[in-house]
Amino acid sequence: MPSVQVLLFARYAELLGTPRIELSFEDGATVGHLIADLRALPGGNSLPERPFVAVNLEQAGYERPLQGNDEVAVLPPMAGG
Amino acid sequence: MIHLVRQPIDVSALIGAVSAAGRGAIATFIGLVRDHHGGRGVVELEYSAYEPMANAAIGAILEEAAGRWPVSVGLRHRLGRLAIGDVAVAIAVGAGHRAEAFEACRFVIEAVKERVPIWKRERYADGTEAWVDPSASGGVRPVATPAGGAG
Repeated sequence: MPSVQVLLFARYAELLGTPRIELSFEDGATVGHLIADLRALPGGNSLPERPFVAVNLEQAGYERPLQGNDEVAVLPPMAGG
Repeated sequence: MIHLVRQPIDVSALIGAVSAAGRGAIATFIGLVRDHHGGRGVVELEYSAYEPMANAAIGAILEEAAGRWPVSVGLRHRLGRLAIGDVAVAIAVGAGHRAEAFEACRFVIEAVKERVPIWKRERYADGTEAWVDPSASGGVRPVATPAGGAG
C-alpha cells in the first residue's frame, strides 16, 4: 500500500505524542479518510473532527484524493502575529 | 525570501529595504510580546511554525499586497523563545503616500494572523503553560503532556 507522511504541529503533536507519522492508505482514499485514521490512533480522539489540513504546503479539502509521497500537515488554529 | 527568523528583528534594516526616492510614506507595524493574556501574567513565549508553508504563505500575502496597492512590503516574524517586550513581528510598507501605506500594512498583519501556520505557546507567572488558540474560549488551550506534566 502507498503511504504518506503526516506532520503534526504544536498541540496536535503533543496529543499524538509525535511530530511525524507515516500512514498507509488504500487506493481512492482521501484526506478525510486519513484524518479518520489519525483520530483512531492513541491520543487522536482529542483532535477536532475537522482540523485544517495542508497537502504539499497548500490548504486542502477533505475530498482531495491522496497520492503516495504526499506531505500531509495537520494544522492547529493559527496564532502568529 | 526567508521571512521567519530566530534572531532579533532589525526594524531599521526592514524600513531601509522599503525606502526609495519615490516613496513618500512608510507605515510600520511592530508586534511585541505582552506581559499578560486573559488576565494571566505571561513571562515568556515560544513561537513555532510549519516553516516551508509559513514562508510561502507570507510570500503570497506580500505579493497580494503589492498587487492591490502600489507598495513594497518587508516582513519578519520571530520563531523560538521570546521575552516580554521582544519584537515578535515587524512589517514595513513603503508607498508614495500615507493612505496606501496604512491600508496595505493593516491588510498584511490581519492576513498573517489568519493564514500563516505559526503557533504560540505561553508560559505564565505561575509556571503553567498553554497554547494560544483564538478559536478557544479564553483564547488558549491546555498543553497536552501525556502524563503528569505541569498544567
